[in-house]
Amino acid sequence: MHPVPPILPASAAPIEINDLTVAYRDAPVLQDIDLTIPEGKLAAIIGPNGAGKSTLIKAILGLVPIVAGSVRIYGRPYAEQRRLVGYVPQRSSVDWDFPTTALDVVMMGTYGRLGWIRRPGKTERDFAMHCLDRVGMARYADRQIGQLSGGQQQRVFLARALAQDARIYLMDEPFNGVDAVTERAIVTLLQALQQQGKTVVCVHHDLDSAPEYFDWVALLNVRLVASGPLDATFTADNLHRTYGGALKAAIEHLRRFEHERDRLPTDAAMETAGLRADRDANNS
Amino acid sequence: MSASVVMILTGVLVATACALPGVFLVLRRMAMMADAISHAILPGIVAGYFLAQGPSLPAGFAGASLAAIVTVALVEALQHTRRVGGESAIGIVFPAMFALGVLLVSKYFANVHLDTDAVLYGNIEFAAFDVWLVNDLNLGPRSLWVMGALCVINLLFVGLCFKELKLATFDPGLAAALGFSPVLIHYALMAVVSVTTVGAFTAVGAILVVAFMIAPAAAAYLLTDDLGRMIALAIGIGAASALSGWFVALALDASVAGAMATMSGLFFLLALFFSPSHGLVARARRLRRQRLRLALENLVVHLLNHEHQVSEAHEAEIAHLSSELRWSPRFARWIVAIAKRDQLVQQANGYLSLTAAGRDLARQAAASRDREG
Amino acid sequence: MELLRDWLFDYTLRNVALGSALLGVVSGALGCFAVLRRQGLLGDVLAHAALPGICIAYLLTNAKTPIVLLLGAAAAGWVAALLMMQIVRHTRIGEDGALGIVLSTFFAFGIVLLTFITKRGDADHSGLDAFLFGQAAALVEEDVVTMAVLGGFALLAVALFYKEFKLLAFDAPFAASLGFDTNALGVLLTSLIVIAVVIGLQTVGVVLMAALLVGPAVAARQWTSRLSAMIVLSALFGALAGLIGTLISVSDESLPTGPMIILSLTGIVLLSLCLAPERGLVWDAMRRALQRRMIKAED
Repeated sequence: MHPVPPILPASAAPIEINDLTVAYRDAPVLQDIDLTIPEGKLAAIIGPNGAGKSTLIKAILGLVPIVAGSVRIYGRPYAEQRRLVGYVPQRSSVDWDFPTTALDVVMMGTYGRLGWIRRPGKTERDFAMHCLDRVGMARYADRQIGQLSGGQQQRVFLARALAQDARIYLMDEPFNGVDAVTERAIVTLLQALQQQGKTVVCVHHDLDSAPEYFDWVALLNVRLVASGPLDATFTADNLHRTYGGALKAAIEHLRRFEHERDRLPTDAAMETAGLRADRDANNS
Repeated sequence: MSASVVMILTGVLVATACALPGVFLVLRRMAMMADAISHAILPGIVAGYFLAQGPSLPAGFAGASLAAIVTVALVEALQHTRRVGGESAIGIVFPAMFALGVLLVSKYFANVHLDTDAVLYGNIEFAAFDVWLVNDLNLGPRSLWVMGALCVINLLFVGLCFKELKLATFDPGLAAALGFSPVLIHYALMAVVSVTTVGAFTAVGAILVVAFMIAPAAAAYLLTDDLGRMIALAIGIGAASALSGWFVALALDASVAGAMATMSGLFFLLALFFSPSHGLVARARRLRRQRLRLALENLVVHLLNHEHQVSEAHEAEIAHLSSELRWSPRFARWIVAIAKRDQLVQQANGYLSLTAAGRDLARQAAASRDREG
Repeated sequence: MELLRDWLFDYTLRNVALGSALLGVVSGALGCFAVLRRQGLLGDVLAHAALPGICIAYLLTNAKTPIVLLLGAAAAGWVAALLMMQIVRHTRIGEDGALGIVLSTFFAFGIVLLTFITKRGDADHSGLDAFLFGQAAALVEEDVVTMAVLGGFALLAVALFYKEFKLLAFDAPFAASLGFDTNALGVLLTSLIVIAVVIGLQTVGVVLMAALLVGPAVAARQWTSRLSAMIVLSALFGALAGLIGTLISVSDESLPTGPMIILSLTGIVLLSLCLAPERGLVWDAMRRALQRRMIKAED
């Protein structure tokens, strides 16, 4: 499963970010980020809406243009190391009415190894099936993805990342809008990945569950506020600095919008919710 | 009134009438609805022609407006089924309506003059000769009356509903909460777009009317952030397109409406590249400045951090900078050259050191980074 | 029977039918990706934008050779697509605004050139305005061969890059994270759509081209939830619409071919939307009615 093994020096950290600045239409979204995520951690990127959490993940993956700074994966640029990185985008970022099955989506995880033009064969199909099984979705392999529940869709996305067979997993809000069963399944999976020595980085916005699920956090609000092991970093003082004075209001907002979002699972609703939370947080 | 003046005036009136609803189409991201409506009114016009047994303005208006409403409703019904994406619904409905129109023309009016080319790009050249006769009284060119009336209607609509339109465009949720139905405003806007399209249709045809609605409004959107100013600018750009387009058409002996619409595209291109706030050139320059400022700061902070270390000489070497700050050698040379020009650093035997000004900047930058970080 | 014999042996008819069916296959297959990428109206824009290209090609070469004019159309379509991409990526104007501007102003420029050519007094300009409404009836064998070669090339490219196009349409950022050059893929796909549009201009014309890319794909999507099946079905629907439209317009001289193809296609779309198993709206309505009745019966 591993053609051309990318370089894995023991000395270099899985992710090392130096002086990273990202701007969207002139306004900085991320500024001067210096962040090193150590090997084998279950790391959470935490911060208010509009803090640039998703952008940070996208910048690591080279999906957004960088104004300044650099990102290294095990000491080398991402382009040379992409086989080592698995990616779970936000569930809302794709059209779930797309005519394809769960198994098909998971097989997309193997496309990177296959490269241009080569088609997935039996090996890829079996491996994808194995990955679906790991998230408890083997029964749904032939379902059209639109017929799956939100939690099941999220698990399909996780299985696709597993099919990438990576060392580092970057996940954008994997717990967003999923049912309790899926939430448990995801936590179990993340822990299993950690036990295999993989590094997992999740964008996360639920402050209540963060200390339960993760052992390493980075607090972000355009700039990096703090990063490090959970106990030393996830402190009231640091959270206060991350969310400003509006911590309580922010948490309440997040809860309320999470609730609304579950009822109205459209991009537009999320967008509005996000914008309002930002605005309110800024005002207070 | 000479034919040229009538043509120019008609063009200016079309541009004004189109720009008013066009601004809101652009802001509400519904520009392609104008395209759909402008094509879909063909069967309505043909039906009006059929019912009135000949060309008749009221019948044409009625038929076309009805067709426009049917189109908007059909597109929304298709989108509502959730089986078809938004833009695909448009792509199914308007060609079908247009095909129906062409079919009716060729089936029933093959011998009547209903020029299909004019359907697409209008007949502004005849504007002066199509006069409005009431009891043998010559009231002047009909196009001026029609477009003038549409300008007044649209100005009234936008003027009276400015607040509601603005609110429904930027915050539909709040508008609904305050009791302005976004659906009602949406349909009112669609109605205005339809009537305007029908009126402009004879002058500039189905496709060019889209240019008059969208291009000036989009150009204005790149030039200002204020809604009122955007509307004024859109009208101004539309009028300028009409005027300059007429001269272009005269020079080339080509379609007047086509030249006017082309000019609106040209004005948009100018705004796209050279708008001081949102233009591509200004944007690229801002980005470059931002990058440069960051790089200069990084350079002086780096030099400051290593100023009193034993390795100072080594750290300050230009070749070393490129690996330490992860700059390409070319970029490093360029930044150092600028830093030297601005007298932030000085160089001796290939080694860099900070000047007093450079040290100040470095301290400022480091302090602000600490404070904000 | 006589009609069938005409079909097989009448030279003109065979060309028209073959050409329309070919166009249906190519635009049906490529339309799937356009629709799934939510770019259903891209074909509309490319078709309108082709007009100035056709005119410039004619002005430069003074020749009405289809292949030269089609090259001009392709070049203009390409420039239009590129401009649209720049507008969407670098300004705050939405996708629809970019589509509307490029479509209408390119077409306007085309009209200026077209009227310029006409009034210059060339006797030989008549072939150009055929592109506005299409002239399926004027297709000759040479045109059909050109269409087959271009269309075959486009279909081959779809077969080769099926995996990449699918990934691009479903989840472009993920594709980019895997190392696929999504910009290049997007340009390739757009270029293939330009080919479909260029083929269609001669047959159905500028205005109706939009439907040929959108209609078959939308109809096919109702019948299947597999992309591969959707593409095949979409190509079939496209061909079917082409054939039915040609047949109807042959049976009555006063019925133009292009609009008849589009109206046949609209019929196929409506039938599919209403009657396709699972997604059909009729079944939906019946299920709802049944539910209502059951609730009433319980009361």
